[in-house]
Amino acid sequence: MTMIELIDVVLLALLAATAVAVVLTRNLLAAVILAGIFSLLSAGLFAVMDAVDVAFTEAAVGAGISTVLLIGTLALTARKEAKSSRPSPLTLLAVLATGAVLIYGTLDMPRFGDPEAPVHTHVAPEYLKDSVPHAGGSAARVDVENIVTSVLASYRGYDTLGETTVIFCAGVGVLLLLKGTRRGREPEDGR
Amino acid sequence: MKNQIIPRVIAKLFIPLILLFALYVQFHGDFGPGGGFQAGVIFAAGFVLYTLIFGLDEAKRVAGPAVVEIVIALGLLLYACTGVAGMMKGGRYLDYGVLGADPVAGQHLGILLIELGVGITVASVIIGIFYAFVGRNRA
Repeated sequence: MTMIELIDVVLLALLAATAVAVVLTRNLLAAVILAGIFSLLSAGLFAVMDAVDVAFTEAAVGAGISTVLLIGTLALTARKEAKSSRPSPLTLLAVLATGAVLIYGTLDMPRFGDPEAPVHTHVAPEYLKDSVPHAGGSAARVDVENIVTSVLASYRGYDTLGETTVIFCAGVGVLLLLKGTRRGREPEDGR
Repeated sequence: MKNQIIPRVIAKLFIPLILLFALYVQFHGDFGPGGGFQAGVIFAAGFVLYTLIFGLDEAKRVAGPAVVEIVIALGLLLYACTGVAGMMKGGRYLDYGVLGADPVAGQHLGILLIELGVGITVASVIIGIFYAFVGRNRA
């Protein structure tokens, strides 16, 4: 077992343990903090799998900002989960069936990191050739070392514009919902 | 948390580094891991830490909610206008090749501008939502 595999196994085991703890605990503050730890562990896994961009985002948003927002929400509501009725065996059956279907779905997927996987043989070689001049391309058209950036910003410029618009709309929507009720009760703050 | 010395000192040490790292991730995104989304959330995380330690009033003196709301739109506008600028120069929408002296320089400039737009919008959306959440606690 190589070092990377050992790290993978440890991280995955901790991830599973954290997920179970989140489900079991009745203390909501503990659940929020455990969810933050879950995100940090996921970020570690992403970093091990060389997805550093995703790891950045997961660590900053999942472990940092969303934890703070959830704690802020807890300050407004209760700290303890309300007693819920015992889940019916039907729930367990539905969850198990969904999980089994999802696992069945992964069986057809190519092995992780397989160079012959469809995702690596379709348009990716073209992008690689255009992004990195010394990777064998005659004349790089984008010439940006970080291929993720070149794909996101240049080849998929429309998609990224759409994503930014989604973030903009989400932000405006949340601000309208949270601030709309306060109008007139206190003077307009700001500068 | 204003009166606890350890968080205050640690935050004062780390916040400049976090903001600087966000700018590094933003402008070095062409060469290393990172880009607008990552830089935006890291910058916002630094800002959130500042608010947690020094209080909402101090943070609002740095950037008030009105300013943040305008900046949310500015980032998206910068992105969209980069596309329009390409059209003005005779290219297609979001075709950066025509922006610079040669196509590769144009690509670099275009990617830099739109990543900056993404970063500005992401950071200000998160800061704005955070302000709105924290503001409710006291209402």
